[in-house]
Amino acid sequence: MFSLLRSMWLVFLHMFHKRDTYQYPEHKAPLPARWRGRIALTRDPDGEERCVGCYLCAAACPVDCISLQATEDEHGRRYPEFFRINFSRCIFCGFCEEACPTYAIQLLPDFEMSEYNRQNLVYEKHDLLIPSQGKYPGYNYYRVAGLAIKDKDKGEAEQEEPPVDIKSLLP
Amino acid sequence: MINAWWIIGGVLFALLNTAAGLIWLERRMLALWQDRYGPNRAGPFGLFIVLADTLKLFFKEDWIPPFADKVVFVFAPAVVVASVLMSFVIIPFAPGIVVADMNIGVLFFLAMSSLGVYSIVLGGWASNNKYSLLGAMRGASQMISYEVFMGLSLMGVVVLSDSFNLQKIVEAQRTVWFVVPQLLGFLIFMVAGIAETHRLPFDIPEAESELVAGYHAEYSGMKFGMFFIGEYLGITLISAMVVTLYFGGWLGPTFLPPIIWFVIKTFLFISLFILLRASMPRPRYDQLMEYGWKVLFPLSLLNLLVTAAIKLWLISE
Repeated sequence: MFSLLRSMWLVFLHMFHKRDTYQYPEHKAPLPARWRGRIALTRDPDGEERCVGCYLCAAACPVDCISLQATEDEHGRRYPEFFRINFSRCIFCGFCEEACPTYAIQLLPDFEMSEYNRQNLVYEKHDLLIPSQGKYPGYNYYRVAGLAIKDKDKGEAEQEEPPVDIKSLLP
Repeated sequence: MINAWWIIGGVLFALLNTAAGLIWLERRMLALWQDRYGPNRAGPFGLFIVLADTLKLFFKEDWIPPFADKVVFVFAPAVVVASVLMSFVIIPFAPGIVVADMNIGVLFFLAMSSLGVYSIVLGGWASNNKYSLLGAMRGASQMISYEVFMGLSLMGVVVLSDSFNLQKIVEAQRTVWFVVPQLLGFLIFMVAGIAETHRLPFDIPEAESELVAGYHAEYSGMKFGMFFIGEYLGITLISAMVVTLYFGGWLGPTFLPPIIWFVIKTFLFISLFILLRASMPRPRYDQLMEYGWKVLFPLSLLNLLVTAAIKLWLISE
């Protein structure tokens, strides 16, 4: 009997507690930096696309919502010809981000992407590309990879030694 | 003397609006006690949620299951609203503002609240659904057994005031409210009242976690709305009866008119009902029965006997 009265009193005291609700459209809840929300394609420090069109994200995606077609420019730099994510299927698991070898595809702390028309949930490459380096500033795949492209020959990458002349006997 | 039709119309208008407003009030109060906001978007303080809820209920499909007993199924929800509204006939809101100044007011109230049980039993039976039937059985036994000592507990008040007339009962509380000499009676009446309106924690006929929605599981649209309104009217009725019988009805300091005092006191008890819902767990069905018959029933008998004995002793002095 006493415990009933006590619980009534304690519940009554909640009248004077602060309310936990966020009044959503006016006040937004703070999202942590690693929140898995909207998917974006980031750019490297030079402002070029990071994506090299390796298809690993599309392969990792458990709901098959990513589709892309890789292509090359005249200097041998790979990039996606089109990159399409169907957000009506996406489950925001973040597997694509984990699979990406070049930090190109990243999930951002943003969930406000509702649409009245289902077709508008299919994001094309120009919807996905953002003018930002996302969570990994300073990373540039082509500057660390031993691949010869425009303005950079073999052995000129960061922390890379010049190629060995295998036809010489000198050490 | 005010025209009787004005009183009838006013009481009906006030009651139906109170019952609708309680939808909003209950949700806001529950939210307040659970550190939430509750409905606060539509209109000032979210008051228009009442309008939205009513419109929704009106436009919902009025579904009668093919296996139901149609006539009884339609008839049952009307009984609860009608019987509760009939009970309000005898409540004196202020001196002279009462629909029927009956000399057997208390008995009329008991009779009408007994009729309310038909609504649950018939509704559950006509639904032809095992959950509804279980809810109806529970409702019937709960309401019938709690009615016994609901009546007995308020006989103490009748003994003290020498009348079944509620206006005379209020007048008899000029010196001291009956809650003081009849504290036990008040507590028993309150518990029985909660069980009678089958409100939480005694919402055993509904018990959504055990019986889906109990006796009104098959109801939709405005028929469900009737059960809903009936429940809120029941809360208002029990609160008004508690105020009339134990807390001096319209009596209060003269800086406010009597009817305002009555409304304030009733509102406080309605809030208590909501607080009970916010804080209490639901007892098991057999616990409820045991508590009723083994504790409250003997206590209310004892209360009546002692009150009567003291009254007789005072008279013979």
